[in-house]
Amino acid sequence: MYQILKQIVKTGIRTERPPQPDEALRAAEQRLKAAVLRHFAGCLTIRHVDAGSCNGCELEIHACNNPYYNLEGLGIRFVASPRHADMLLVTGPVSKHMEVALKRTYDSTPEPKLVVAIGDCGCTGGIFGESYASCGRVANVIPVDVAVPGCPPTPTAIMQGILTAITARAGK
Amino acid sequence: MKLSDLDIRLEPLPAAFPAWRADVSEWQWISAHQAVREEGGYLVALWGADERSRGRGFAVHGALATPAGLLCLVLRLPPVAPAFPDVSEIFPAAIRMQRAVHDLLGIEPKGAEDQRPWLRHGAWPADQYPLRKDFILNPSLAPEPDEYRFVAVAGDGVHEIPVGPVHAGTIEPGHFRFSIVGEKVLRLEERLGYTHKGIEKRFEAMDLLEGAKLAGRVSGDSTVAYAWAYAMAAEAMTGITPPPRALWLRALFLERERVANHLGDLGFLGNDAALSFGLAQFSRLKEDWLRTHHALFGHRYLMDLIVPGGVARDIDSGGTARIRDEIAFVRREVEIIKEIYDEHAGLQDRFITTGRVTPALAAKLGLTGLAGRASGQAWDRRVEFPAAPYDQLEVQMVTHRNGDVAARVTVRFEETLESLRLIGEILDRLPAGGIATTLGVAPEGALGLGWVEGWRGEVLVALHAGANNAIGRCHAHDPSWQNWPLLEHAVIGNIVPDFPLINKSFNLSYSGQDL
Repeated sequence: MYQILKQIVKTGIRTERPPQPDEALRAAEQRLKAAVLRHFAGCLTIRHVDAGSCNGCELEIHACNNPYYNLEGLGIRFVASPRHADMLLVTGPVSKHMEVALKRTYDSTPEPKLVVAIGDCGCTGGIFGESYASCGRVANVIPVDVAVPGCPPTPTAIMQGILTAITARAGK
Repeated sequence: MKLSDLDIRLEPLPAAFPAWRADVSEWQWISAHQAVREEGGYLVALWGADERSRGRGFAVHGALATPAGLLCLVLRLPPVAPAFPDVSEIFPAAIRMQRAVHDLLGIEPKGAEDQRPWLRHGAWPADQYPLRKDFILNPSLAPEPDEYRFVAVAGDGVHEIPVGPVHAGTIEPGHFRFSIVGEKVLRLEERLGYTHKGIEKRFEAMDLLEGAKLAGRVSGDSTVAYAWAYAMAAEAMTGITPPPRALWLRALFLERERVANHLGDLGFLGNDAALSFGLAQFSRLKEDWLRTHHALFGHRYLMDLIVPGGVARDIDSGGTARIRDEIAFVRREVEIIKEIYDEHAGLQDRFITTGRVTPALAAKLGLTGLAGRASGQAWDRRVEFPAAPYDQLEVQMVTHRNGDVAARVTVRFEETLESLRLIGEILDRLPAGGIATTLGVAPEGALGLGWVEGWRGEVLVALHAGANNAIGRCHAHDPSWQNWPLLEHAVIGNIVPDFPLINKSFNLSYSGQDL
């Protein structure tokens, strides 16, 4: 136990300041009222769905919870079921084999809900595009509020995407 | 039976490691697999190809690791009703590969016991085959109902837990069907293919240079291993060798990718056994490591840095100094945390004897890579068939015999330390000079092979040249093909709550296997 405590003290607190929302990432008009958004801002729950990614985006979503980004410190956490979630974080081009599972996950998420598409593939279909096996971008399958490009997007960009989704459009 | 007794004409292939190809008859297809098995080799990959446009029929290819190098068997098949003899009795790892060959090309494994689809769920009809050159998806075709026959376990008190494809954690999608009594797992059956996104078909619309980017996205966590294997294959078939500095930089990237993934896994393995301290510590180290990648090479995961002909980014003296400081720091930290892990009774209680694969079972079923080495399978591409610069590096292979979660953790710790040593040595001996050369021209029909020991295990890329440096066919093979079936065995007799820990200790790729 002494060694663990010593290592924790030696490492110190590494958490950095979180990024700000970025209106450029918004894919659809903010649908939620300010009162709902204020509620989300203190305690947002996310269900991640890999709908066919190469697993690169998953690495960066994991990184959002490392001590530097500490997403959970902002009151934003990942949950095990869509029924507990306010937001879906969807990666990948949507493979045909994940189309039904993604739609069911979306339907299982209670209203009001938000969808953030992660990565070039989630935004446009990326290098995999649309094919016999791929539906392409996430918005081809479920409605998307915010889309974060990048291959993969950095943890900072992913956090900006999440924060943009739960903020009212600037000036409104 | 010996390979040399079979009267097979072995034709040496230009490659960065010892490799041969051989045209075989149906009978030789089986006997060559048998002979390789008896000589202590194993099946690396099995894939099909449609060569009808070149005035032939279909073909199946079997890449076999032998004590002398890689042997690629080619069995030519007729253009109508193509079928090949089942080799899954010899190499059980072939079962899923053969099912995939049928799903994608309509080439039937004759006599195979399990004829269920593997990569095809319902996205395309059973009588159409995406990797045939004349395949056209009819968008008006309704998806077929997807009814997969899982093997049922009967008995008093037996029940099933279906898990996935959408999992509880931030991981890739797949389906696990557990048959259990109480908390004890009697059987696990996996169903994969959910992330099948048509990668191999996509390759066929690209040329040799364009394909590198896609190869780096077959499995994102192994982007360096894939990009190198792909480049190795493209360079072999076009007859070029990258400058020495480029090859040494590739090894630097590959070892850095290995360390990045091992650091991440070691953190998650601690976390899955309720030591969140481990995750916090290792994910901090991994983040520092990724930031170095971004600062020196412009990408946190080193994507698109290995290109056919060389590498896209060089390193300067400031960069080497930064990495030297970093490896000294990471070594100290990893040694401290390793001691904490080793002495943590609660952690070791969860790790030791959990999810065990005995060396005998691993050998029989073909467990490979990191998980294989944790079960006594002493194969490491960097050691037996070291492509440059590994021929000058003397990698110390790490093996263990217990085959449990603890063994896979130990192998990761020791490989991390060995990779840190290798990184230092690579920097010490990095040759001067250019970092890229121009890709040559591949003769149509040429076969190029790339074989790289990624962090998870061996990645094989087989390239078949089309006309004018177009890709005729590209098969990218992930070690997860071999290792997923062993996970089904590893969990038998364990309790359900240990599954996440066992699964993480293998950390297999879904995307790499689903293609």
